[in-house]
Amino acid sequence: MNCCSNKPVIGLIAGEKLCKAHFIEYFESKVFKTIRQFDLIGKEEHLGVALSGGKDSLTLLHLLSKLSKQNPKIKLTAIAINEGIHGYRDKTLAAAEKFCKKNSVPLHIYSYEEEFGMPLDNMLKALDVKPCTICGIFRRYLLNKKSRELGFTKLATGHNLDDEAQSIVMNEFKNNVQASARLGPKAGINSNKKFVQRIKPLYLCTEKEVTVYAFVNGLLDNFNECPNVAKSYRAQVRDMLNNFENENPGTKYAIINSFLQILPDLKKRFKGEQADYCKSCGEPAAKDKCNACIFAERLEKAKLRAV
Amino acid sequence: MKLKVFYDRENREKTVELGNNATIKDLLKKMGINPVTVIVSKNDDVILEDQKLKDKDDIKIISVISGG
Repeated sequence: MNCCSNKPVIGLIAGEKLCKAHFIEYFESKVFKTIRQFDLIGKEEHLGVALSGGKDSLTLLHLLSKLSKQNPKIKLTAIAINEGIHGYRDKTLAAAEKFCKKNSVPLHIYSYEEEFGMPLDNMLKALDVKPCTICGIFRRYLLNKKSRELGFTKLATGHNLDDEAQSIVMNEFKNNVQASARLGPKAGINSNKKFVQRIKPLYLCTEKEVTVYAFVNGLLDNFNECPNVAKSYRAQVRDMLNNFENENPGTKYAIINSFLQILPDLKKRFKGEQADYCKSCGEPAAKDKCNACIFAERLEKAKLRAV
Repeated sequence: MKLKVFYDRENREKTVELGNNATIKDLLKKMGINPVTVIVSKNDDVILEDQKLKDKDDIKIISVISGG
């Protein structure tokens, strides 16, 4: 069923086809409803927005800028991480810088090279490790540390429904229930004072919906995929879920909806997790030493061996 | 009909031959692309899979997959 006489730009799972104007209204209302439903943003905030320059984070910043203009007590600052992936991150960061300049949003960029002594490309030559493992650990570490130093009350990320469904299934396949307890629209470890609460306003939006929204709002840049992603476990789960979704529409929504029903129990069960601090750097950690310090030490040893 | 189709994930233009009255769904099937993973634009407008194609349509297939 079409929403009106205008040409549709998207078909929803429920069968309705929406034109550009009705889709924008539907999408924005879904995101703002998610923010209210899960109490993601308070009346007064200094929100950090994790910006990669890809469609998800640009869409997120575009929407939060609208919110901030309506409510001046919600201040926005963007934060980006330059991992040092040749031919990839430099392009997306250029898009991020352009967007922030145009929309007068302050942007802070931190790099692995400055913070950990070398870019990711070199880390992968020095250590025999899965790219997404080391990259994810360092990125989360830097985002949390810098968000706290910049005084953010919360850190908003562009994770969408597809990202979350993949994470839930990955954790199931790896029997990692504890990691699932850290998921959800309001993610992370609340019990740790050094942890900056992460929020995901695009939580209930599919990747396809985000792409259409970015396209009709002129936020979509040229296709750019991290060269390391194709080798990842996440990419295998992503492709499997997309094939399943094609045969059984609504599967990803079902994963999220069932997960949201058990999430409060998971959060209760793993409440005390990561309430400690790394003895080496003082950042939040589940053990005596955080994973970022463990990898940083391995890199140091690898550097010494190379000399 | 013969169509020139740009697929951003492969960063190249392909010529695809399809029967008359073919739709976007037929095009994606012929190219082996899962419709869940892309959106399609015709003459710079997003269109749905049931849309019929015509000769000389300017078709772009845009991947929805995130960067990483």
